Amino acid sequence: MSQATLRVQKISGHAGSVPGQDTQREYTVCKLIDTTTCIGCKACEVACMEWNDLPFGETVFDNTYQTMPETRWNYWNLILFNEHERDDGSLMWLMRKNQCMHCGEPGCLAACPADGAIIQYTNGIVDFQQANCIGCGYCITGCPFDIPKMNPKTHRVFKCTLCTDRVSEGLEPACIKSCPTGCLHFGIKDDMKELAESRAKQLRDYSNFPNAGVYDPPGVGGTGVIYVLHDATQPELYGGLPKNPHLPWSVKLWKGPLKWFGNVAMIGGLIGLFVHYLRYGPKAREEEDLATGPRGGRT
Amino acid sequence: MSRQEQILPHGQVLRYTLRERITHWAAGVTYLYLLGTGLAFWSPWLFWLAVALGGTQVSRTLHPWAGLIFFGSVWYMYVMWAPQMTHTDDDRRWWKALKYYSTNQDDKMPPAGRYNAGQKFLFWGFFWANLLLFLSGIFLWAPQYFAWHSLVAMRISVLVHAAAALFTIGLFMIHLYMGLFAERGAFGSVIRGDVSIAFAKRYHPAWYKEIAGEAASPRK
Repeated sequence: MSQATLRVQKISGHAGSVPGQDTQREYTVCKLIDTTTCIGCKACEVACMEWNDLPFGETVFDNTYQTMPETRWNYWNLILFNEHERDDGSLMWLMRKNQCMHCGEPGCLAACPADGAIIQYTNGIVDFQQANCIGCGYCITGCPFDIPKMNPKTHRVFKCTLCTDRVSEGLEPACIKSCPTGCLHFGIKDDMKELAESRAKQLRDYSNFPNAGVYDPPGVGGTGVIYVLHDATQPELYGGLPKNPHLPWSVKLWKGPLKWFGNVAMIGGLIGLFVHYLRYGPKAREEEDLATGPRGGRT
Repeated sequence: MSRQEQILPHGQVLRYTLRERITHWAAGVTYLYLLGTGLAFWSPWLFWLAVALGGTQVSRTLHPWAGLIFFGSVWYMYVMWAPQMTHTDDDRRWWKALKYYSTNQDDKMPPAGRYNAGQKFLFWGFFWANLLLFLSGIFLWAPQYFAWHSLVAMRISVLVHAAAALFTIGLFMIHLYMGLFAERGAFGSVIRGDVSIAFAKRYHPAWYKEIAGEAASPRK
């Protein structure tokens, strides 16, 4: 994968400094998905498979229009369909293109123990480096969106790369390229945010969607993929988009208090035992001394 | 094994049978590997341990297999030793006198049997932590084989695995300290199997009395 023009901002499981941090001014990139103009044609699904050369996998028919119930290690882009009846009895057919959200504070990266298996570029793209992946699956537990999936054969985890290879060459991701309605946009985060907000305002002012809004959850540090929703107060309707996603409590607890407690306890324990030995010494010097009673070190 | 056979020539007493020693070292060697690779996954600062122990991906692959051997060994210890590990009134008194034990005033301790109360605690601590590590570990190893597999179960398993491992590290440090440094002769006993009569009398007087008494009294 070309990293010629990409600099690294965050590295999983990494003890040292991060090489690309603060060295260059770079714009945060962003994908904007306007669910209100998506027609569910799945061209983006095909484009993703094609560009990333993903092996064909069987689809699953479950009485919906969805290609399969959830994304797979080799199927990174999936449109979720949901029929929703509104209070006034009218029906809405909601479609949401689901893929990695490229969080500002990625839960996968926080949970990953392998040095350099997950990195975040300064442009905001979160990318898995399968060569460094050890296959523990901890990233899966760290993701609030249930995106990373493991290849059961190779025990490596995969997900949408936001077409890092294309973006690094100044191209837009493959899915964007394929969208026939123009519901997908790609650009600088600030620009996309502005575009999304203006579209949401349009929906509120002229299209009778008073709750229309933009989904860019602050709980995960904002996302590199943002949505325009007809009803931003109920993101769950769109295939279970979490209302307020955040780092899972388990990862917070593990990487926070438990880690501190563990490290302090282990180092404290070692020091404690060492000092104890200096103070009291062995219970008896030599085996021959065993019978003669306590003979520790000196105070 | 009859008690009489435990009295060896040259003032030695048999403390651990070969079967007990092999079991102990099956658990011991695998635990060291599990500790090293586990700590590598615990902190980026220790990730080099996984490299040193064969490579990061190899460590991830072998960790669960070593875990299976460790689980089996500790389980077999349970089969061998559980009856000897019951909590007694002497053990209660032993805990109360812990400050004498930890300051090497062993003559002020209530007489310990084959295992003193601290060793029993170590045993049960490892037994329960082992169960938790096994259950959470096997689930993290291959969650897809469990019908109830879910993200929540995985998240709980990660936490349980880390917490139980930390608990065993505490036990392990004390175990190592006692066996290698505090009680001279203890390490040899789990290698060769024997201890001196003086060792037995000093650290496990009730146990020594038991075997010596039986050996002294003519039987049959």
